[in-house]
Parts: sequence; structure tokens; C-alpha cells
Amino acid sequence: MNLLQNVHVALHALSANKLRASLTMLGIIIGVGAVVALLSIGQGAQAAILGEIEGIGSNLIFVMPGTVNMGAALGEGSTASEVLTLEDAMTIARQGNCPDCSAVAPQYDHGAEIVYHNASMYTTVTGTTPAYQQVRNFEMHLGQFFSDQDVGVAARVAVIGADVADELFGPEDPLGKIVRINRVPFRVIGVLSKEGAGALLSRDRAVVVPLSAATRLFGRDSISGEGSQIVTRINVSAIDASRIESAIAQITEVLQQRRGTAAEHEDFSVTSLKDLADVTSSVTQVLTIFLAAIAAISLVVGGIGIMNTMLVSVMERTREIGLRKAVGARRSDILIQFLIEAVVLSLAGGAVGILIGVGISGLVSLSGVFAARLSLQSILLATGFSIAVGVFFGIYPAQRAARLSPIEALRYE
Amino acid sequence: MQKATIMRLRNVSKVYCSGQIQVHALHGISLDIARGELVSIMGPSGSGKSTLMNILGCLDQATSGVYWLNGTEVGQLSDDELARIRCREIGFVFQNYNLLPRTTALENVEMPLVYSKAKGRRRRALDALDAVGLADRARHRPSQLSGGEQQRVAIARALVNEPSILLADEPTGNLDSKTGQEIIAIFQRLNAERGLTVVYVTHDQEIARQTRRIIRLQDGHLAGDESVAPQKGATRAGDPRI
Repeated sequence: MNLLQNVHVALHALSANKLRASLTMLGIIIGVGAVVALLSIGQGAQAAILGEIEGIGSNLIFVMPGTVNMGAALGEGSTASEVLTLEDAMTIARQGNCPDCSAVAPQYDHGAEIVYHNASMYTTVTGTTPAYQQVRNFEMHLGQFFSDQDVGVAARVAVIGADVADELFGPEDPLGKIVRINRVPFRVIGVLSKEGAGALLSRDRAVVVPLSAATRLFGRDSISGEGSQIVTRINVSAIDASRIESAIAQITEVLQQRRGTAAEHEDFSVTSLKDLADVTSSVTQVLTIFLAAIAAISLVVGGIGIMNTMLVSVMERTREIGLRKAVGARRSDILIQFLIEAVVLSLAGGAVGILIGVGISGLVSLSGVFAARLSLQSILLATGFSIAVGVFFGIYPAQRAARLSPIEALRYE
Repeated sequence: MQKATIMRLRNVSKVYCSGQIQVHALHGISLDIARGELVSIMGPSGSGKSTLMNILGCLDQATSGVYWLNGTEVGQLSDDELARIRCREIGFVFQNYNLLPRTTALENVEMPLVYSKAKGRRRRALDALDAVGLADRARHRPSQLSGGEQQRVAIARALVNEPSILLADEPTGNLDSKTGQEIIAIFQRLNAERGLTVVYVTHDQEIARQTRRIIRLQDGHLAGDESVAPQKGATRAGDPRI
């Protein structure tokens, strides 16, 4: 009997009991649907996060005081008692010290209240240099970023994020307006383009001013015991992604030299966003695998359902099996017939499950949080899995059918 | 003319074990059936007729003794070789027809061709149905056919692989005598026209007497093996030996 005939016979046999066949398929449908949906959602989430990190600037390297972890990197700051100073940043930036670094932007963060007429909000004010725009990939929605000259004269100008502009100005054009930061007037010269909710290190609530202006604004808070300008963080961007490792090594070396610390007890840390991306993708990968494993368990449960149905089917059709053997069917003919019936059952369930999984990931994409990534791989994986489940759980019932003796099977009532 | 022996049994016994009890269904049966013979087997219930038919039809194996089919010792064959013999050498007709419900007469007849991997299945199945006079019922399901028609479909199914032996276990047992007679006439015609070796089991003395030879079983023993003088009723189909 060839494959097509077997499939035909299997469909015929299954259609004789449609409700039972559909209930049996339900387990596989749920399992495969879950596998496809979870894999595509997981991959979508991972791609979204990586895209986010890419947006911040994948060549970005952070230098932070103390030995910080990834969480602190995301939380914009550290609780370490050691501090970095403007001189550290200048050392990194000095010609020839770090040939693989293209831009260096120290930043000093301090919470402050921003007021415009009756509207006010509390946010983090960042004092930095014009290079910050380049290392952070900032795009301007309106106006422009401040210049080196602004930094030189400690000009009281501010570039604000989209949410800040919305909250303080509403529909009004913020350009040229005066806001008060801790009661000191600053002129708004630029608005950053909106990044959207859920972004890492979001710039939407940023208020960026020249570093020198921030120093004046926050006074003693921003000066170390030795009288140097404190920086919260030094942002460095590597020439390109392949130079990140060497750039980190160069930065580490010059800072160790300048600060006179040994490698064993560094009082600063240098991390790249690539490290962060690696951690993130391995976390989402583990999560995806974990969810897929749970889905796989429901596939196994579905497989047991198939086995059960096939055993009942073999028992019900004992006479048919006896007859087929009596007219010349070999063991292998019967084995293949019932195996194919089980696989048809699981594959049909798999097909419906894939449709449902595709539907769910489509819904997730429609919801707009992030785009689920439906990969051909996950569909092939699900198809392969459902065939494997059909074969694995179908083989025992099929063997039972094949082993029946024709005479006893024919006599079966 | 003495024809070649197609089925030869020597001292064949069959013992069934059902739990602790052993049932001796056949005791040392020895007999020869020649190619082209038309034989009936008679005997009361439980005399071992069906057991003998199942062994002859390679559906079951003897517990002891030897069975040669066409010179091959059946006891030595593997499962697959037995399946091949059932497929190509033997057509088997059951008392209760054993047709697959939910499939048409044509599909029922086609089924053995699937296992013999024959070409042109539809054509051959239609030919076989035509041979039993049911070509016009090809698309009917068993439930839409009368008992006699169902048995004719079963005969067509037994014939479709063109076997040399046709075995029937009480083929008329579920039919009224008129319909039964029609079925027997088909067997006679096949025996006479195609030279098929036909063996059937019956309870009916009249039907048994329409063969050339009656084998009687009693409690698993061979109780008689007699030739039947040609009758008018039995020769209607035109026996070549007359």
C-alpha cells in the first residue's frame, strides 16, 4: 500500500469518528499552538530588546565608578563611594590614549525640578558635552543640540525629551521658551525625537544641559573632595562594533594608570552595551526555552491522547485487521496503516496548532507592544514535533494491531 | 485423469489452549485434494470443520502434522510468506461475509489488490464484481446490499487476485435456501469454467451433494471421504468430465 492510499484509508477511518478525532487532536493543537506562539513571542521580544540596545548605540561603552553590575548600568547610576571625574574623561579623550574610541562624553546626573509657568515636573538633569548626542544616537525633533561654545561659556540652554516637552508645554512650541531648573532659568534650544514607551535608558524624560552649566547649577554636589568635577558616567563610543573589546582594554589601561589602581581592585568598571545585549539575549533565550519546554509537555500529553485513541481504534477494528490479514496484508502493512493514521491525527492537530500559534503571535504584534517574530524554523520544529509525537505514540498501538493473529482477530466480537 | 495434488495434509492435529483446558479440535487428519476438485466438508458443530478450513487457508497453523500447499510445507513459512499465500494463492469466503462497512462494494473488492500491489485495480475489481453478476452494485455499501449480494461481493473479493484455491466456510449459512443455491451455483461455475479448486463447508446435505466429493468430520476425526455420483443438479454448470 503506498503512502497516498494509507493516508486515504486513515482519513476515512478518522472521519468515521470525527468528534473523537478532534478531541484527540486538541492536545496536539494546544501544544503546537503554544510552541509556535511562545517561540515567536520570545524571539520577537528578544529582537525588540536587541533593537532597543542597538538604538541606544551598540558601540557604546560605559565607564562607571565602583564595580557595578548590569542593573546599575540600566539604573543610571551607582551607589559606589568612589567617583569618576572630568579629568578621567579627558584622559580617555586625549589624543593617542584610546585610538579605538571615537567620541567621549562625560555626564553628570542630578535630580531637579523643572518649571514652566504653572507646569512642573521632577526629572533627572544631565550635564554633558556635545559629543553626548553622537554617542547616544540622539535625533533632534526640533531645534538643535548645544555646542562646545555653550559648554565653554556655561550657557544656560537645555535640550529636553519629548515627554518633558509634552508635560511642560503641551501643544505650545517649546523652542526659545525659558524653563526654570531649580529656579535657575534655562532656554530650551532643542527637543529630542520621541522614543516610545518601554525603551531602555529612555531619552523621552531627559533634560540635557552643558556640563559646565550643570556644575554651576548643582554647586557643591558636583564637586569632589579634591575639587574636581564629578561625573556620574563616562560614555565612550568605539569606532565600530568590532573594536569594542580593544577600546575597553585601552580605557581600562589608561584609567588604571591615571588613578593608580591595580587590576585586582579597580574602583571603576568598563562595560559595553554589547555585554548588556548578550546578557539580555541569553536571558530571553533561557526564558523562551523554558516556555517551549512547558509547551512540549502539553505535546506529550497530547501524544498520550493519541495513543489512547489509537488503542481504542485498534480494538474496535480488530475484525477489520483480521480481514485485512486474511486477504494478504502483512504485519508491516497493518503497522504502517495504523502508524500513518496516528501521524495523520497528530499532523492535522499540528497544522491547526500552527494556525492558532500564528494567529496568537499576530494578535501580539497587533497589540503593538512588540512585533512577534514568526520564524520558519519554529513552524518546521512544530511540524517535526507533531510527526514525532504521532510516530512515538502511534507505534505501540500499531504494533498491537500488526501482531494480531488473523483468526483470533476475525473471531473477535 | 488424475490431477496433481494441490493440498496435502498428513496427520494434522490442532490443539487450542484456553486457560487450563486443552481443546483438541483436530486429530491426525490426513487427506489430499487435487487441483480442480470441488469438495464439500460436512460435520456437526464442533467437529473441527472451521479449524480445518482455517488451516487449509493458511489463516491458522497446525499444532502438529504437515500441510503441503502446492508442494510447499506451510508450517515452515514466515508470517510474511503466509500473508503472500493468502494474498495470491487462496481466496477465502466467510459465513458472515466480513465486508468493511462504510466502504463500497468496489472498494471492498479492491482491498486484496492493494496488498498484492496489482496494477489496474479498479478494472480488475469491476471484472471480479461482473463475474459474480454485481457490476451494477459496485458503488453500494454493504448495508445497502442483501445478504446474497454481500456474499457475492465477498466472493468477488476472494477472486480478485485470481487465486487457484477458493475456500468457503459455510458460505450459505446465513442465507435462505434459494439465495444459498445461487451462491453454490457461482462456486460450481468457477470450478467448471476456471478450474478453481473449491472447498466449502456446509451443513446442508443437498448443497454437499452438489460437489464431487464429501469429506465428513466427527469430533476432530476424519469420519468419511466419499465420492458423489454426478447428479443432474450438480452438472448444470457443465462439468468438463462428463
